[in-house]
Amino acid sequence: MEKEVLLMKGNEAIALAAIRYGVDGYFGYPITPQSEILETLTLEKPWETTGMVVLQAESEVASINMVYGGAGTGKKVMTSSSSPGMSLMQEGVSYIAGAELPCLLVNVMRGGPGLGTIQPSQADYFQSVKGGGHGDYRVITLAPNSVQEMADFVKLGFDLAFKYRNPALILSDGVIGQMMEKIVLPEQVKRRTDEEVVKQCPWAATGHTKDRKPNWITSLELSPEEMEKNNIRFQEKYKEIEKNEVLYEEIQCEDADYLIVAFGSMARIGSKAIEIAREQGIKVGLLRPITLWPFPKDIISEYADKVKGMLSLEINAGQMVEDVRLTVNGRIPVEHFGRLGGIVPDPDKVVEALKAKIIQ
Amino acid sequence: MTKEEIISQGTLAYKKPTLLNDTQMHYCPGCSHGVVHKLVAEVIEEMGMEDKALGISPVGCAVFIYKYIDIDWEEAAHGRAPALATAMKRLWNDRLVFTYQGDGDLACIGTGETIHALNRGENITIIFINNAIYGMTGGQMAPTTLMGMKTSTSPFGRDAKLHGYPLHITEIAATLEGTAYVSRQSVESVAAIRKAKKAIRKAFDYSMAGKGSNLVEIVSTCNSGWKMSPEKANEWMKENMFDYYPKGDLKDIGAE
Repeated sequence: MEKEVLLMKGNEAIALAAIRYGVDGYFGYPITPQSEILETLTLEKPWETTGMVVLQAESEVASINMVYGGAGTGKKVMTSSSSPGMSLMQEGVSYIAGAELPCLLVNVMRGGPGLGTIQPSQADYFQSVKGGGHGDYRVITLAPNSVQEMADFVKLGFDLAFKYRNPALILSDGVIGQMMEKIVLPEQVKRRTDEEVVKQCPWAATGHTKDRKPNWITSLELSPEEMEKNNIRFQEKYKEIEKNEVLYEEIQCEDADYLIVAFGSMARIGSKAIEIAREQGIKVGLLRPITLWPFPKDIISEYADKVKGMLSLEINAGQMVEDVRLTVNGRIPVEHFGRLGGIVPDPDKVVEALKAKIIQ
Repeated sequence: MTKEEIISQGTLAYKKPTLLNDTQMHYCPGCSHGVVHKLVAEVIEEMGMEDKALGISPVGCAVFIYKYIDIDWEEAAHGRAPALATAMKRLWNDRLVFTYQGDGDLACIGTGETIHALNRGENITIIFINNAIYGMTGGQMAPTTLMGMKTSTSPFGRDAKLHGYPLHITEIAATLEGTAYVSRQSVESVAAIRKAKKAIRKAFDYSMAGKGSNLVEIVSTCNSGWKMSPEKANEWMKENMFDYYPKGDLKDIGAE
């Protein structure tokens, strides 16, 4: 049977994919530019079809703590927000990471700091990949560059979250959230029954039965020796994720003299920029990290021995460029180019920046 | 001689609930928490909800309640227990979902989550321990601290000009359309304990019947924080707290 091709916004794709993937609960609070996620979910009324809970919370603080509560019971739960709202959620994310619970977060980034702007930005890179809240923890961070990937990463995010019992984040921006593209939605999956959840998540707070000890969902441990053990366990888990789950895309990298490194919406600008550069006889490739954490260190390190320089293209003041530089470790020049305040740079300006900053 | 052997020699007149395990509690002698824990455990057992009860512990002295009552628990961030409870109950409708929170947790940092969960009519119960002070952090002023009351952050007594007035959050809860049962009790005497238990039972029953949100406040002592003997703390509570926080049912939709 031929698959139905639909036209929709990235935000709508996330909402519809969540229903189709059999998500148990969504808890969110309106904020531009991602309110279509909550709007689409309430319009679809999945509580009447799949039984999915959809709730508009009183704040982002409440949303993330609802996610914490739901995740602790083994259910597939998620929230979405945009930059200022994500800042409010960071304490909760830290608790979820500390209690080792799976959940999916979506950040459709806008410009900051503060109330900033409602225009697109990638300035929450640091917050997303370096932890974000207090304590030593990491969030699996996926960066979609299309409406299709917005939908596809709902499944990918939940699969990774449950595999490692760790929060996963779709780090999108106002461009990907708001633009409309063709998309094929995933097939409808049946939500797990309560019995299946109990069986799959023996660690969850689902009701204490006599065949096991009571389950405690907590990030608290006052004994320093035990708390150190917990932290070492987290770090070992993060190493496993770094070893197993790195995703990236290479575009025209084989013969490249220079590399543009860009994620999400900027990878699309970057792919146009490499076309323009190649028309001018400059061999440029694009490396697109799909997972921002774990960061694709190995492949970037390989290219550091092959190319003459790298340009990290981001709509922020230079954040991912720090990770590229750490990986390259001084072997070749690594520079940043981007616009701020919600402005998305034109591809020809990217080529100009490449010439000025790297090729010279 | 084991506990069982002692019991076998005589007639069993009283026992602690099976759900309450033998872990030594960390509470100060004279604290009200132990009694309220026992009541919660008794009510869950009497309802036969041992395998269906989901508790949410707060940040405060009762943070470790999960160590003492053998049901499944989630430990919330400070003040957020009603948000956790909201999701847990909506995702597991046949479970008995309740939070156990102190006045700093519920009536200060978590005021928003408390009021909105209650106002949405979530089918949960909030057990609210009000001792007019932050116990765990060493006796600081809480929103519920009485006028003139000395604490480590109001060393000259609570002053309305500096600190505002005690917050009557239970009275606020009773005005919300989403609440089904709102009651204020205490546990300083056998008679009071019996009434408090009845209130907890009614709140849990209403939660399971889907009648709406339920709040049971227990006016409590914190003899360490108040710097009094347990006996003196009970007397002080009766003389001072009950005027500010009068006991009884504030709302019962079943009685209307």
